[in-house]
Amino acid sequence: MDANLSILLQQILNGLVLGSIYALVALGYTMVYGIIGLINFAHGEIVMVGAMVTISVLTMLAGFGFAPGVLTLLFAIMIAAVVCMLMAQGMEKFAYRPLRKAPRLTPLILAIGISIFLQNLAMMIWGRGYKTFPEVVETRPVEVFGATITNIQMSIMIISVVIMFALWVLVDKTRLGKAMRATAQNQEVAGLMGININRVISATFVIGASLGAVAGVMRAVNYGQADAYMGLLLGLKAFSAAVLGGIGNLFGAMAGGILLGLIESLAAGYTGQLTGGFLGANYQDIFAFLVLIMVLLFRPNGLMGERQADRA
Amino acid sequence: MKNIYAQYALLVLAFIALPFVVDAIPFLGPTWVRILGFAMLYVLLALGLNIVIGYAGLLDMGYIGFYAIGAYLYALLSSPHLNMTGLAEGVLNWPLWIIIPLAAVIAAICGVLIGAPVLKLRGDYLAIVTLGFGEIIRIFMNNLDQPVNITNGPQGISGIAPLHIDAGAWSYASGHAPDAILSLQTKWSLFGLQVSPVISYYLFFLAVVILAIILSKRLEVSRIGRAWMALREDEVAAEAMGLNKRNLKLLAFAMGATFGGVSGALFSAYQGFVSPESFTLMESIMVLAMVVLGGMGSIRGVVLGALILSIMPEVFRDLVNWVQPFVMDNVTFISREVLRNILDASTLRMLVFGLALILVMRFRPEGLWPSSRRRAELHEDESEPLVPAPALDSTVEHVEPATAEFRLKEVNKV
Repeated sequence: MDANLSILLQQILNGLVLGSIYALVALGYTMVYGIIGLINFAHGEIVMVGAMVTISVLTMLAGFGFAPGVLTLLFAIMIAAVVCMLMAQGMEKFAYRPLRKAPRLTPLILAIGISIFLQNLAMMIWGRGYKTFPEVVETRPVEVFGATITNIQMSIMIISVVIMFALWVLVDKTRLGKAMRATAQNQEVAGLMGININRVISATFVIGASLGAVAGVMRAVNYGQADAYMGLLLGLKAFSAAVLGGIGNLFGAMAGGILLGLIESLAAGYTGQLTGGFLGANYQDIFAFLVLIMVLLFRPNGLMGERQADRA
Repeated sequence: MKNIYAQYALLVLAFIALPFVVDAIPFLGPTWVRILGFAMLYVLLALGLNIVIGYAGLLDMGYIGFYAIGAYLYALLSSPHLNMTGLAEGVLNWPLWIIIPLAAVIAAICGVLIGAPVLKLRGDYLAIVTLGFGEIIRIFMNNLDQPVNITNGPQGISGIAPLHIDAGAWSYASGHAPDAILSLQTKWSLFGLQVSPVISYYLFFLAVVILAIILSKRLEVSRIGRAWMALREDEVAAEAMGLNKRNLKLLAFAMGATFGGVSGALFSAYQGFVSPESFTLMESIMVLAMVVLGGMGSIRGVVLGALILSIMPEVFRDLVNWVQPFVMDNVTFISREVLRNILDASTLRMLVFGLALILVMRFRPEGLWPSSRRRAELHEDESEPLVPAPALDSTVEHVEPATAEFRLKEVNKV
């Protein structure tokens, strides 16, 4: 019984780590969706680029003889975040902005195109195989009631909480945040009030991309590797998380991400037992989709969404 | 009128003659006839997806799932696989005229099942949910080799019988296959012209494609087709006109799925082997790219798009294989590993697909060869001013003085 309990605790801890990564990615989706009503399909690829650039920079720094450590890692993440932000800004400016008034399918298919393009571009640059994440920070396991959690996993959770808090302050307390909320409510009126809509929308993309870059690095550190394919599935799952929480709602995305992480981790751990070995952990990837479908069927506004389903 | 039919007949004749010509050209040969056969299957798929996306405006990203269902159905019902795993008495050998309609019907049912829960959703949600369904179908096919081996997992099912007609046994004892009365696998001659199996398949697929084109055209101009387009343009207005939104959307899903299922069954017979690898998300996106590139809702465009995008990668592959050693020898400023990644045919192919989607949507959303109606729809806003018209109640305050004066005079006249 005790062993079972610690396994459960272990699954919950894994779920929380996974969930905080999903939450950060989901924030990128939900912010963009909230403000211009577009599923930015390419967001998952930005997350992937964040991870891959960090790995490349770290490898390069190691080549120059920099000592591995937290500072080196932070420097690499900063470079990756800047790359991702520039990408997101370019994407918004050259692809999405001209199509803002087009029929809905047009920007969506465009976004799918960008996603495919970036994925294959990454494959050209970094190859098809895995890239292992260099061990820049020593991993130390910590025992908690029979379950283990590493110092890295703990910092993943803490950092994502800090980032989410910072984002909340940004959106709720600053002028930019106010402008973002106004633009999300009504672009035309916000424009009439003297808000530079283009700049606000661009800023939304950029902030989302920086969160995505950090999340990508976290995902890569957590699994010890990254590859060019990782963005697609991660992006879809994070989108499911955003929908679960109520798309367009920041707290919804955070809660949805963590909930989805928990669901996935628990489901992966226990489907085997529950179905008598008929379905195993190899079905882990379908839970996000099942959750998404269930939410859309029974509560299309998500857990925390107040918005009408067909407005946004 | 007659002229148009003559043109169509000429086009069909050209397509019939095509494989013989390709077969005769030394550096193309049977390999390329085979590619043409696959191109026909893609045309069929794209025509099916065109019904869902082009006519009804429902972005279905899991379309390849129906293709997979058709393919696996054919594979299970006419290969020794189920017999080998002990799930069936003899080697199943269901007749063609049962399997293909069955594939169509089962795919249609799946289409309705997948469509039903997502009907209320708007375009972009629909895309993600259908994508999820497509992935779920693939994950199941990948994992249903245990505890009961149904799909043989990632290894896939091989030994699938070719398209044939025999005396009508639904199954036979292992090793005692009945003689086929008619099989696409046998050579035959047409006016002294040798017709190899690949060419027979191509001709058969061509016939199916022509049937599908006629069906699509009739659907487009039918009451149902017009209703789909009305729904696509404005759901609320269409419903106000008395259209049954739910049934129409389900019908679109079912219709598209039917095309996918049939195409899948034919694919299975043609290839003789199926595995989950053929039904990835990338395939869905490829079919989507075909429809989008050619022009959503335009039959001629979709056929063109499918032909371009299914043949181009093969040309690409040859080109890359031809260029690769040359580049490898002469380009030294990029590391060899990176160079090899860049010159990878399948990566390049997907890169070009992505780029095609981006460029078409950005600069020519109606596609390369759109139907005239769709083109007009997508460009009607260009004549309008960029600034949105002011709301009704505010017009009075913003009227130019001259017009205001004019209006006053008008009022005075009354």
